[in-house]
Amino acid sequence: MDEPLSAAPAAGAAPAAGPPAPSGPGPAPHLFSSADHGRSPLRIPVRVRAGFLIPAAVILAAIIIWPAVDSVWLSLHNHDGSKWVGLHNYKTMFTDSATLTALKNNVIWVVCAPTIACALGLMFALLAEKIRWSTAFKAVIFMPMAISFLAAGVIFELVYQQDPNQGVANAVAVGVHDTFAKSSQYPGARPRPNEGTEAGGGAFNTVHTYQAGSVVTVPLVGLQAASLPGKAAQAAAPSAAPAPDQIEGTVWLDIIYGGGGKPGSIDPGKKGMPGISVKAIDAATGKSAGSASAHNDGTFTIKGLKPGASYRLELPGSNFAQPYRGIQWLGPSLVTPAIIASYLWIWAGFAMVLIAAGLASIPRELQEAARVDGANERQIFWRVTVPLLAPVLLVVLVTQVINVLKVFDLVYVIAPGSTLPNANVLAVQMWNVSFGGGQDQGLGSAMGVFLYALVLPAMYFNIRRLRREKKEGGR
Amino acid sequence: MGARSHRSVTAVAAVGLASGLALAGCSSSSSKPSAGSSNSSAATSASGSASGSASGGSTAPGPALPDLSGKSIQVLAEWSGTEQQDFQKVIDAFTAKTHAKVSYQGAGDQTVTVLQSKIAGGGAPDVALIAAPGAITDLAKAGKLTPLSADVQSTIDANFDPGWKKLGTIDGKSYSIMFKAADKGTFWYNTAAFQQAGIQPPTDWAGFLKDCQTLSDAGITPVSVGGADGWTLADWFQNVYLSQAGPDMYDKLSHHQIPWTDPSVKQALTTLGQLFGNDQFLAGGKSGALQTSFNDSVTNTFKTPSKAAMVFEGDFSSSVITSTTSAKLGTDAKFFPFPAAGSTANFVQGSGDAAVALNGNPATMAFIQFLASPQAGSIWAQAGGFLSPNKNVPASAYPDDITRAEAAQLTQAGPNFRFSLDDLSPAGFGGTKGAGEWGDLQYFLGHPTDVDGTAAKLEADAAKVTWS
Repeated sequence: MDEPLSAAPAAGAAPAAGPPAPSGPGPAPHLFSSADHGRSPLRIPVRVRAGFLIPAAVILAAIIIWPAVDSVWLSLHNHDGSKWVGLHNYKTMFTDSATLTALKNNVIWVVCAPTIACALGLMFALLAEKIRWSTAFKAVIFMPMAISFLAAGVIFELVYQQDPNQGVANAVAVGVHDTFAKSSQYPGARPRPNEGTEAGGGAFNTVHTYQAGSVVTVPLVGLQAASLPGKAAQAAAPSAAPAPDQIEGTVWLDIIYGGGGKPGSIDPGKKGMPGISVKAIDAATGKSAGSASAHNDGTFTIKGLKPGASYRLELPGSNFAQPYRGIQWLGPSLVTPAIIASYLWIWAGFAMVLIAAGLASIPRELQEAARVDGANERQIFWRVTVPLLAPVLLVVLVTQVINVLKVFDLVYVIAPGSTLPNANVLAVQMWNVSFGGGQDQGLGSAMGVFLYALVLPAMYFNIRRLRREKKEGGR
Repeated sequence: MGARSHRSVTAVAAVGLASGLALAGCSSSSSKPSAGSSNSSAATSASGSASGSASGGSTAPGPALPDLSGKSIQVLAEWSGTEQQDFQKVIDAFTAKTHAKVSYQGAGDQTVTVLQSKIAGGGAPDVALIAAPGAITDLAKAGKLTPLSADVQSTIDANFDPGWKKLGTIDGKSYSIMFKAADKGTFWYNTAAFQQAGIQPPTDWAGFLKDCQTLSDAGITPVSVGGADGWTLADWFQNVYLSQAGPDMYDKLSHHQIPWTDPSVKQALTTLGQLFGNDQFLAGGKSGALQTSFNDSVTNTFKTPSKAAMVFEGDFSSSVITSTTSAKLGTDAKFFPFPAAGSTANFVQGSGDAAVALNGNPATMAFIQFLASPQAGSIWAQAGGFLSPNKNVPASAYPDDITRAEAAQLTQAGPNFRFSLDDLSPAGFGGTKGAGEWGDLQYFLGHPTDVDGTAAKLEADAAKVTWS
């Protein structure tokens, strides 16, 4: 292939350079003729060939080879390239915990993102074959490819916002959660500190024990008066002398708008907290002996207790459970999967288009033959379609691996500063140490070289495949 | 490297957001004036009531300057857009007074780099306004700057608290004077929330924690912390440290002359942990705070319904309030000075542009003398988005009460004004997203009891970079 290709432009150019040859004497025509006559008529002299090669070679050397060599050179020097440090940068790189986290994340990316993108692409491609509006479907799936990574990053940063009113992901999570689990009536309320209660497992227990026939007051705080239900009325003190088998008490919001009032006392302006459930726990056995729900004025009466026995009161945690806040998508544990998901949103369409093209070129007869032979759809998919698609799938996979190794913008934009160390990947770390503050171009170059080494196998694979295809195409 | 370097990091993330709200927090540049102008209606009534005492801004006295007809000077600063227009008004006033020709060049974030390359190329400007004290020291020590003349110094003495002159003094010579300052000692609060809980703005850290408890009891989350951006946490720490350990220790720490494992650092972290360690005090708790950006922390506090009663960040927060919420500055949203965690009073952590002279020409010195005068400060103050450390810039020159209060806080600070430590530090320590001081304080927000571990991390990161 190489021979005719490189000869063609040279042959075309030779006549153009030719015209002056007969008219004027000079070294050029002489060279041409001597070469033409001396060897094969199609042979072009070395200098001419060099003349056509040099521009491309210079550009290649200037923008690819020289920077690559320079990167290796820089990676063996200190931060500003002034001092030779040998392999020190590489040692630093592999002992630095930030880089190791980045490396670990890169492994997660390389293992997950390309395979899932391929799987999704395959699914979409097969689906697109079966439905009517397949072109429209493909266009929609492919659409995110038209968005720049930076913009996609900004979009997903909003999608993953913690506040369900801003982040659509959490809006869905909270919506689903609240459909199945109702939030509590008084989220966040808690007994006033130092008023004889202690917390335990979300519930609050009284420190003291009370005998049946006594009175208990439970002042609560941590809630705005405005969020009490409308039926809540001015808190009332419990009756002074309950029956001997009862415990009476009041649960009220110990807060007055604008401050004021005495903590722990039922002042005018403080309201009861209707509906709060209070349990009496037998101090001797630890078992529940009865419960009551507070009235509108906050009073409650627990009946049916043993006269003279002592009880502890419990306000179960179900009264106060905080509303569900949704999932912390960009928290330390989920940030990498969340960013991978945004990557898939962009690249699944690309995988789909390539795989769909592959699907279209598979001869239908094979599938039909298999069907005639009695294979079911699953067998046809795994034994016929997938093996025939294997070359395309491999191409998609390898392209994605190269893509994923250099992923930068999505991670940099989506991860908040607080979890960037958890979401770090090599490309971001490389930028950080060399430009983003570290200003250590030596270490940054070492990372660049390492990243390049990681891409090499995929490149080798791609080149070998191209060669093979070329050979097959030549025959 | 300037005061804005870390803002620009957040700006990267904000490029895609077309709205100005994200950028508002990134610099005080374009958005600040709009904040001022949007309040101009309220301001006129306010200044009307206060007009009896102070003289009008435009009539503020200027220094006696020589006639400089035929002379011309070049000025380099970072301002562009609205800020450039406002600075041009100052220049015009100078020209009207002296007939000197002044040409202005804006160099944006790269002012120091541009200045250095101009000096190296032989085309240095006459006057430069720089927001990087480290660069000024370097230039002065390299002999590139000319000490301010006696006339300029007497104008400074007449108009500034002595502390400000001291800030511009290197090796006993006065080299620079701050013209435009940014105040990062402003603690913003939702007045409705304070009213509901029946509390007053605190004056010290203990009072602040007590207010937090009262707010929390009243069912109002006290503070929203923008912990997703590390620089907000750096400002938290630096205010606590400056007020607790004092300006001298702050200077030592900002040059890494004492290690970050110093007891004073641990004490400041412990103090900060009293807030960060209480999940009831933070909007969304610790983990929620770590997911909250600076912009969101301000919006959380002033939107309806609000999610927190207070938010701490610099004077530029006001532009976020006006652009993202319907809260009115001065009525719904006010600020109190950062509550002192120690004995240092009237401290301000912030940044600012200081004027330096690159030669001793009369026109050069006359221009700096003019910048140091109340007249120059008043002209920009009236336009809004400007704070002057000049004590003789009349309060009536500022467009609204909030700006007036910020300016008063600044002029009083004097010797206790300090540049933000993270801005003074090498970028590898004080300017990298998720790393160095920012990243370590984010770790601390997640683990507020691990004071020793955080101090050790800070010291390990500080030891990695080269300090000037």
